[in-house]
Amino acid sequence: MQVLKRVRPIGPVLAAVVLAFGLLVAPAGAQEGLSGSNPTAQAVNEQQLLEELNRIQGRVSIPDAKAATLEQPRGRDFRSFHEGALPWIGGIAIIGILLLLGLFYFVRGRIRMRSPESGVKVVRFNTIERLTHWVTATAFIVLAITGLNFVFGKRLLMPLIGPDAFSAWSQWAKYTHDFFSWAFMLGILVMLVLWVWDNLPDRYDGQWLRVGGGFFDKSNRTHPPAARFNAGQKLIFWSVIIGGIALTVSGLFMLFPFAYADVNGMQLAQTIHAIVGVLMVAVIIAHIYIGTLGMEGAYEAMGSGTVDLNWAKEHHSVWVEKQGAKTEPSQPAPTPAE
Amino acid sequence: MARMKFLCDADRCIECNACVTACKNEHDVPWGINRRRVVTINDGKPGERSVSMACMHCTDAPCAAVCPVDCFYTTADAVVLHSKDLCIGCGYCFYACPFGAPQYPRVSNFGSRGKMDKCTFCAAGPEADSTEIEYAKYGANRLAEGKLPLCAEMCSTKSLLAGDGEIIAAIYKERVTQRGYGSGAWGWQTAYRETITV
Repeated sequence: MQVLKRVRPIGPVLAAVVLAFGLLVAPAGAQEGLSGSNPTAQAVNEQQLLEELNRIQGRVSIPDAKAATLEQPRGRDFRSFHEGALPWIGGIAIIGILLLLGLFYFVRGRIRMRSPESGVKVVRFNTIERLTHWVTATAFIVLAITGLNFVFGKRLLMPLIGPDAFSAWSQWAKYTHDFFSWAFMLGILVMLVLWVWDNLPDRYDGQWLRVGGGFFDKSNRTHPPAARFNAGQKLIFWSVIIGGIALTVSGLFMLFPFAYADVNGMQLAQTIHAIVGVLMVAVIIAHIYIGTLGMEGAYEAMGSGTVDLNWAKEHHSVWVEKQGAKTEPSQPAPTPAE
Repeated sequence: MARMKFLCDADRCIECNACVTACKNEHDVPWGINRRRVVTINDGKPGERSVSMACMHCTDAPCAAVCPVDCFYTTADAVVLHSKDLCIGCGYCFYACPFGAPQYPRVSNFGSRGKMDKCTFCAAGPEADSTEIEYAKYGANRLAEGKLPLCAEMCSTKSLLAGDGEIIAAIYKERVTQRGYGSGAWGWQTAYRETITV
C-alpha cells in the first residue's frame, strides 16, 4: 500500500513525457511512414502473386479445401491442350495408323503361310491366357469408344444426333468407362504375370528387328527365328503394359477425384490419360490388324488357342523346337486337331 | 445489353461471408456446394486481403470450351449459364476454370460427381423464367425480375459489386481516386482480359 501510494503520481507524469516525446518525433514520420496513411502499402498484389506461383492460394472457412485456391490460370493451359493439341494428336495418331495399315495391306497384302497346313495343331495359348486376353480386349474396346467420345463426340457425333441424345449417350458412356476400367486394370495385371517371362528381350530380337520381322519382304521368304514371342509382339506387349499402367494410375486419380491430387494434379492426370489413351488406340488398331486380316493363321492362336504346326515353325521356330523337346518324351507327335 | 460482371473490392471486404450465406439461402444450394466463397490471402499477416469469389462469367469461357457435351451457353447479358439436363458431371470444367467455380454434388460410385452447379449471376438456367422447375435446378432468377445478384446487393461494405461492367468499373475507379488506393479488380485480367486502370 505504501509503495503503491508513492508510485501513483508517476503514471501521469510518465504519460505526459511519452506524449511530449511522441509529438516531437511524430512530424518526421508523419508524411508517409505511419500506418493508416496508405493501408495498401503491404497489401497482397494479385499480379505479383500470379507471377510468383501462377496461382493464388488462401484460406477458406468452409470444409472444401479446393475452394482455398482463389485463382489458377493454369486452367488455360488445360483448355488449350484439351481443345487444341489433343484432337490433333488423337486424329493424326488414329487416322495415320489406319492410312499406314491400308497402304501396307495394299502393297504387301495378307501375309500368307508359305507351306500348306500340316493338319497338326499345337497349343499356343491356354484357356487362362485367352480369357485374360479377351477380357482385357473387350474392356479396352469399350473404354476406347467411350473415351474417344470425350474428345471427338461433340465434334463428330453430336451434330448428327443432336445435343439431348448425345448427352444421354455420353452419360452412359461415362458410367461405362468408369466400370469397365476395373476389368481392364485387372486384365493388365494378370497379363503382366502371365507373359512377362516370355517377353523379356532375347538373342533373336536383334535380328528380327533388323529384317523388320519379314513384314517388308514381298517374296514372303524372310522369317527370322523367334521364341514364343517375336520382337514385334514384345513391343506390343510392353506398350500395352506401360500404356496400361499409365492409364491405370492416371485413371485412378480421376476415379477418385481430388482424393490424391489438387486441381493441377487432376489436370496433369487427365492430360496423361488422354495422350496415352489415343496413342494406345492407335497401337491396338495395328495389333488388331496383324492379328486378323493382316496375317493368315494369326487369329487362330488367340481364337481357338491352337495353331498349325507349320505356321508355328515359320513364325516361332525356336519356340516350336522347345515345345517339341518338352513334349517328345511322352508324346511322339504333337496333339492332332480336335 | 449489358455486359454483366462481378467486382470484389478487396480493400473493403471484411470476410463476413454474408454474400456466401445470401447465395446459399436465395438459391437453396445443397450442403457441400458453394457457389460463392470468401478466400483470405495472407491470413493473419500484414496486408491480408479477403476476396469474395464465384463464377466470373468469363469472356470466351474456358469451361464452355472444354465441356465434352457443350452444355454451356452465354446469355445476351454475357452471363455464362449451363444446362443440367445436358451436363454429364465429367469435371472438366472445374479443371479449366481459373476460379474454381464449378461445384458437384457427390452422389454416385467411384467419385462420380452428379450434375455441375455454379453461380448463375442470379439468372438461373435454360428453363422458362421464374418457374418452379427452374428454381429447383438452378435457383432464383433475379435478373428476370430486374434485380441484380443478391450477394452483391447484400454486401454490407459494398465491397462486392455486380452489374454492367462499365458501371461497376466506374464506381470502383471513383472509390480508388477518392481514397487514394486500391488493390485492383481481382480476377478481371484472367476473366475478361482487361483490368481497371486508375
